[in-house]
Amino acid sequence: MKLEMKDSPGQLVAALKPISDVGGNIIAVIHQREQGSDHGILDVQIVLELPDGQLEKLVVLLKEQGVHIQRIGEQRLLYKRTVILIGHLMHTDLSDTVDQIDSTGYAEVSELAMSMPAVKERSSSRLTIKSVTREDMESAIAILRRVSQQKSLLLIEPLEESA
Amino acid sequence: MKIALIGLGSVGRGVAEMITKKDLGLTITGLADSKSGAMDPKGLDIPTLLTHKKKNGHCGDPDISTLDIIKKADYDALVEVTPTNALSGEPAIGYIKAALARKKHVVTSNKGPIALANKELRTMAQENGVALRYEATVAGAIPIMHTLEHGLAGNDILALYGVLNGTCNYILTRMADEGLTYEQALMEAREMGYAEADPTYDVKGIDASIKLVILANNIWGHDVRLTDVDCTGIDLLTPDALRLADDEGCTIRLIAEAIPRKNILRVSPRIIEKSHPLVVDGTLNALTLETDMAKEITLIGRGAGSVETASAIIGDLLYIKDRYDGSA
Repeated sequence: MKLEMKDSPGQLVAALKPISDVGGNIIAVIHQREQGSDHGILDVQIVLELPDGQLEKLVVLLKEQGVHIQRIGEQRLLYKRTVILIGHLMHTDLSDTVDQIDSTGYAEVSELAMSMPAVKERSSSRLTIKSVTREDMESAIAILRRVSQQKSLLLIEPLEESA
Repeated sequence: MKIALIGLGSVGRGVAEMITKKDLGLTITGLADSKSGAMDPKGLDIPTLLTHKKKNGHCGDPDISTLDIIKKADYDALVEVTPTNALSGEPAIGYIKAALARKKHVVTSNKGPIALANKELRTMAQENGVALRYEATVAGAIPIMHTLEHGLAGNDILALYGVLNGTCNYILTRMADEGLTYEQALMEAREMGYAEADPTYDVKGIDASIKLVILANNIWGHDVRLTDVDCTGIDLLTPDALRLADDEGCTIRLIAEAIPRKNILRVSPRIIEKSHPLVVDGTLNALTLETDMAKEITLIGRGAGSVETASAIIGDLLYIKDRYDGSA
């Protein structure tokens, strides 16, 4: 995201603090003081990772610090969940199974680990799925549930506690 | 307080022995196994009756039936610990009703009646001004019902997660620790006496589902049924799946889960971090409650066993003794 703040001592630290307050992780901070730029205003670009659903809270906190947000850039796939599939994975076209997630456009299989015992035995695989939001993840998992049922695969989901 | 004890399997024996051994103010005045019965308003000689059962296969007079004890014996509370029938709940439902109709308190470890006829039996107990308690039906020695009723009184229970079947937990622990196949781990569980000859109820998740139904109805009173549970067992798990989970610092456990707000009522094998409090070893049971005030509470303990289950039953009896001043 691109931020605008007063160019005075302590301002940058004050602007960064809310990020850790909402559980975010700063990946990069770029700030350039351009010659002849505005009087006393500092432009800062920050690349950061945020827990799902925390962006709005961060925006509010930054505003409270007197920081003006010029632009919020592209949100990347940040939500991650790992599942295990057991069954005749190759015979039921594993690439199609993966593609059903990838073709959604909002979620993708980012990692696949697989074990294949004897030819006729059931194989097991671990899939890591990434998505932008929790809702997208729920939809992706719902697709996987449906596909697993169609292909007689056993889908093992992670325990996600959330009250 | 006078007790009639119906059923002399492992649990019934545990109850009889502990009541005899410990000075709890409880006296057994009626006793029945599947073949015979004995009653004495002044209190039965339990050690002699148990020895008699060991020698002859029955504890008392073959002409006295279980229903005779329930209907005629002089007692305040019935302890009903006959074998579970998960499909019909009988004959236990009939036994419990007969005692409630006589205005006697009932304590049971029997999942069938509580899962199938909870509402009816509770209403009947209420109308007769007596207690119906079933701490021992879920998670053995863990005092989950007492915790919900007293310790967490006033809390909204938002969700519950549990490891409620010791057989499955034992099998999964062994598969994870030793790389055993499901079949090998099941065979070992049988040898250790942790699995029945027909393990279907346990490994298909049915036993855990029944307990989930009992808990859910007790907490939220929505009158859910076994058929409402989305149930998957552990019998199709592979050692490879456990290894793949292990690579990520996780393992797989059979988790019973109820979140009414999301309409979730589910028993299924789940990937779970090894450091999670619900990851307990062997035949242990564990339960996590999410509540509005107390937040998360996890209870861990023995889910089965003769004296362990007796602990839950005696806890219920002493609660009744305190609450109702020992009389029915």
